[in-house]
Amino acid sequence: MAERKKLPSTFFNMVAVLTLVCVVSALALGFTYSRTKDAIAQGKINKIIEALKIVLPEFDNNPYEEKYTLESAPGLIFYPALRDGKPVGTAVETFSSQGFGSEDIRLMVGFDVSGRIISVSVLGQAETPGLGTKMEEPSFRAQFKDKDPANFKVAVKKDGGDVDAITAATISSRAFCDGVNKAYTALRQETVR
Amino acid sequence: MKLWTEFSKGFFKENAVFVLLLGMCPTLAVTGSAINGLGMGLATTAVLVGSNLVISLLKRWIPDKVRIPVFIVVIASFVTIIDLSMAAYVPDLHKALGIFIPLIVVNCVILGRAEAFASKRGVMESLVDGLGMGLGFAFALTLLGSLREILGAGSLFGWSFLPEGSTTILLFILSPGAFITLGFLIALINVMRRRFA
Repeated sequence: MAERKKLPSTFFNMVAVLTLVCVVSALALGFTYSRTKDAIAQGKINKIIEALKIVLPEFDNNPYEEKYTLESAPGLIFYPALRDGKPVGTAVETFSSQGFGSEDIRLMVGFDVSGRIISVSVLGQAETPGLGTKMEEPSFRAQFKDKDPANFKVAVKKDGGDVDAITAATISSRAFCDGVNKAYTALRQETVR
Repeated sequence: MKLWTEFSKGFFKENAVFVLLLGMCPTLAVTGSAINGLGMGLATTAVLVGSNLVISLLKRWIPDKVRIPVFIVVIASFVTIIDLSMAAYVPDLHKALGIFIPLIVVNCVILGRAEAFASKRGVMESLVDGLGMGLGFAFALTLLGSLREILGAGSLFGWSFLPEGSTTILLFILSPGAFITLGFLIALINVMRRRFA
């Protein structure tokens, strides 16, 4: 095949080609967006439902559908768990912006009716790989299991608390405690009222 | 045979990371673990193959004076498609790579291949070039990520081979470790190149 000539750079050619390329790109992007939109949204919901199953005792209602928020606790979401119509605990979706990463650490903390922590699950974090990310490992999170923040000080030992910080990730550990405390304080205020 | 040369050059002779020193920003930033390096490398490969293919198909219809804007629109579209697809199907990896997926747009490996190769060569050659350069980039990032993860966290692809609580060389996980590891790898590759050349 002989080498054919390139389209010359006239004003009309440039405008036409750029417009055409942009229109085709826009169509491709719109198509991809509409195909992935539901999967992305569903993925986020699934992650929350998974976390609820981990941090709450067995329940037979739908905490995700019955979630509520409080004006006194901005950014926190509460998921009540019921069994046979009786409350068995509440999961609190909480966050801390004091982490080391570029975005908030988001946690799901499950409490039983007496206010004891059942378990903590990490929903999202952007801590340093290999250091702060260890907060997702069971060995760190196990410290919070079955602890009542009323007599277990949720703070790292450096700050006079009862939590063993992750090695070389004190800031991430501190932020984790901050998130848990936020959840506990908000939940206690709500039950007192 | 010729196609094989175009493919294999991306791994060693013209490796984007070790030899051309292109795309340093994602290279240094996301290689804290092997899986992040591999994920970033494969995402870049997908974009590179797509943009090389489209640009080599369109090359006759792109007026010279607007070629860069056209390249950027094509590349940015592929990046966004990959970004959305990863968010939908591999959300955890997508979260770990964060802002560096959208930033593939400004990875100079991709624009460089479009300008230097795909806009001048045939479709088949450009496809193979994109695949070779991309996989070479992925190989470099995975190697860098693996070394940093082994030395800094005592694990590989998240699989820990050290007992709980052992001391590791944390420096390698942190940003300076990226520079140090990359420096030693480039030195090693240079020695090997000299020996075999």
